[in-house]
Amino acid sequence: MSTATITHRYGPYGGQYVPETLMANLIELEEAFVAAVEDKAFLAEHHDALSHFVGRPTPLYHAQRLSEAWGGQVYLKREDLTHTGAHKINNAVGQALIAKRMGKRRIVAETGAGQHGVATAAACARLGLDCIVYMGALDCERQQPNVQRMKLFGAKVAACEAGTRNLKIAINEAIRDWVANPRETYYLLGSAVGPAPYPAIVRHFQSIIGSEAREQYQTHFPKKLPDAVIACVGGGSNAIGIFAGFLEDTKVKLYGVEAGGDGKEGHTSCTLADGRPGVLHGSFSYLLQNNDGQITGTHSIAPGLDYPGVGPEHSALKDSGRVKYEIVHDDEALTAFSELSRLEGILPALESSHALAFAKRLLKKSPGQKLIVNLSGRGDKDMPTLIARGLV
Amino acid sequence: MDALEQIILKVRAAGRKALVPFLVAGYPTAAKFREALMDAAKYADAIEIGIPFSDPLADGPVIQAASAKALAGGVTLEGTFKALSELEVAKMPPLLFMLSINQVLAGGGAKFPARCASAGVAGLIVPDLPHEEAGEMRAACKKAGIALVAMIAPTTSDARAKAILKEAEGFVYLISVAGVTGARGEYSRETVDYLRKIRAMTDKPLCVGFGISGPKHVKQLRQEVDGFIVGSALVRELESGKAVSDMLDRLRSACDSERG
Ligand SMILES: Cc1ncc(COP(=O)(O)O)c(C=O)c1O
Repeated sequence: MSTATITHRYGPYGGQYVPETLMANLIELEEAFVAAVEDKAFLAEHHDALSHFVGRPTPLYHAQRLSEAWGGQVYLKREDLTHTGAHKINNAVGQALIAKRMGKRRIVAETGAGQHGVATAAACARLGLDCIVYMGALDCERQQPNVQRMKLFGAKVAACEAGTRNLKIAINEAIRDWVANPRETYYLLGSAVGPAPYPAIVRHFQSIIGSEAREQYQTHFPKKLPDAVIACVGGGSNAIGIFAGFLEDTKVKLYGVEAGGDGKEGHTSCTLADGRPGVLHGSFSYLLQNNDGQITGTHSIAPGLDYPGVGPEHSALKDSGRVKYEIVHDDEALTAFSELSRLEGILPALESSHALAFAKRLLKKSPGQKLIVNLSGRGDKDMPTLIARGLV
Repeated sequence: MDALEQIILKVRAAGRKALVPFLVAGYPTAAKFREALMDAAKYADAIEIGIPFSDPLADGPVIQAASAKALAGGVTLEGTFKALSELEVAKMPPLLFMLSINQVLAGGGAKFPARCASAGVAGLIVPDLPHEEAGEMRAACKKAGIALVAMIAPTTSDARAKAILKEAEGFVYLISVAGVTGARGEYSRETVDYLRKIRAMTDKPLCVGFGISGPKHVKQLRQEVDGFIVGSALVRELESGKAVSDMLDRLRSACDSERG
């Protein structure tokens, strides 16, 4: 398997900036991962889980009424149809199997939107592993349905009250838990961020999105490729997952969409657009920070995008220009949410709605293009926000 | 040999143990931090100054809360340099900055050690800069004549420990237990065995930190190391409105008495 060689650096980005206590864990994890993906029994078990538990492959859906309304051809990669409702399950199931192989029975995870938490809780329930999910107190409020789902799967949800009460704080707490319990604990990180080998592992387990999408597109249009592929970027896992299938197709334009929040200064999560390289959560990457090197607060209506860092590979893809990173604000995302709901009968996650909104903008500028949008998750979890915003 | 190493070897030769208090810059207030620093200088062989970071990964609740309070009070890296420039640093025990790699990068990256040297700072402790990532910073520190203090944890493999010890300067910071900072009860047999194992690997100065809160710890571990780093326990003294002198006086006696 080609991705079994673990990348630590993407250009200058990446690395392993963690307390010494955790270095042994990272080394152990890398060895276990490489051994797993070279082991036929593991691959068979993983494949079986993807087919029968996750529900893969997910469809590539031609959204006809949406395409008509927006003036192009929009294909949706339906990660919302996976078990538990978002792409996060691809990674959670893969890493939980690795943890089991390593003999680690205590899993900690962070979650923003709650989708990674729910996916991890489900994967742990299935394998009989203990699961503790750290979640910012603000996110617990705005993603209440997911908090309840995690508990139903038997996970413990720890609400984090410190500072910004969002995803960044949840990652801090999860890492501290890991530092305090390094031997028995597996840290199941949910995005393509963190110290090596995590960005490479998460990319590996998410790249199935891109390989399926490319193949499915070519069953519609033999030997053809879409004009562009669009994904939202929080930490960057769904984006790197779908981009992985098209990075070498240089004619296919790739767009990563960051959350612009309400557009007010300091109220955004546009890490790649507004940030400057630095180290957060173990890797060197673009980062929202002040001159003193303190991480600044973020905002987005979509909790999964509300994060001041980004995966190191995205930083390298920005610098190389291979991927263009764009900004969509809260209001545009909500409009795209409504349009997809009404025209197609699909409720997208607010995170995915950012990618949709950019597709609309792109088609307005140059109509007629064929686009694949990664519909990273479903919007059921967003009910409290949708009610507060008067959409229901 | 750098200044830090020299001082700790001198303490060792005298049959004493080094005392290294840790203070959070700007905590509880800018003025009281300065006071605490002057107090600590009377007892310490070296002093660690933690520069608060918004997102520390290796800190327990006490130092986290102190850092958050100091940040809210407006402490910055530049402000801390300025505060030091108003003191007679040359007459104090060697000062070390403890900060995250992101603060080092924001403070100038490879140029940062030279800035520290000219401010009279004798060493850096960067807990999220493990051995593998530290090459460039180690070279820059060496050039500037300050120590980049290496850390070893109970989870560190023997092979890694050897590689880390080989490059170590100043002293080696031994993390007592796998965990975040914070006061603890007695240390287990496991901690003693681990410290003893590292001791057998090197003659370089070894200081233990994480959870050291009183003479009982100095007594329990004094055979294994050259010095003690005291953090959360001191921060808690300050939190409850006390000066650091009483606690440091007791620790000083424990470090100086042969039986501890
Ligand atoms: C549905 C959905 N999409 C996207 C994201 C953003 O994460 P990433 O950028 O890692 O795909 C999340 C994260 O919680 C999510 O739940």
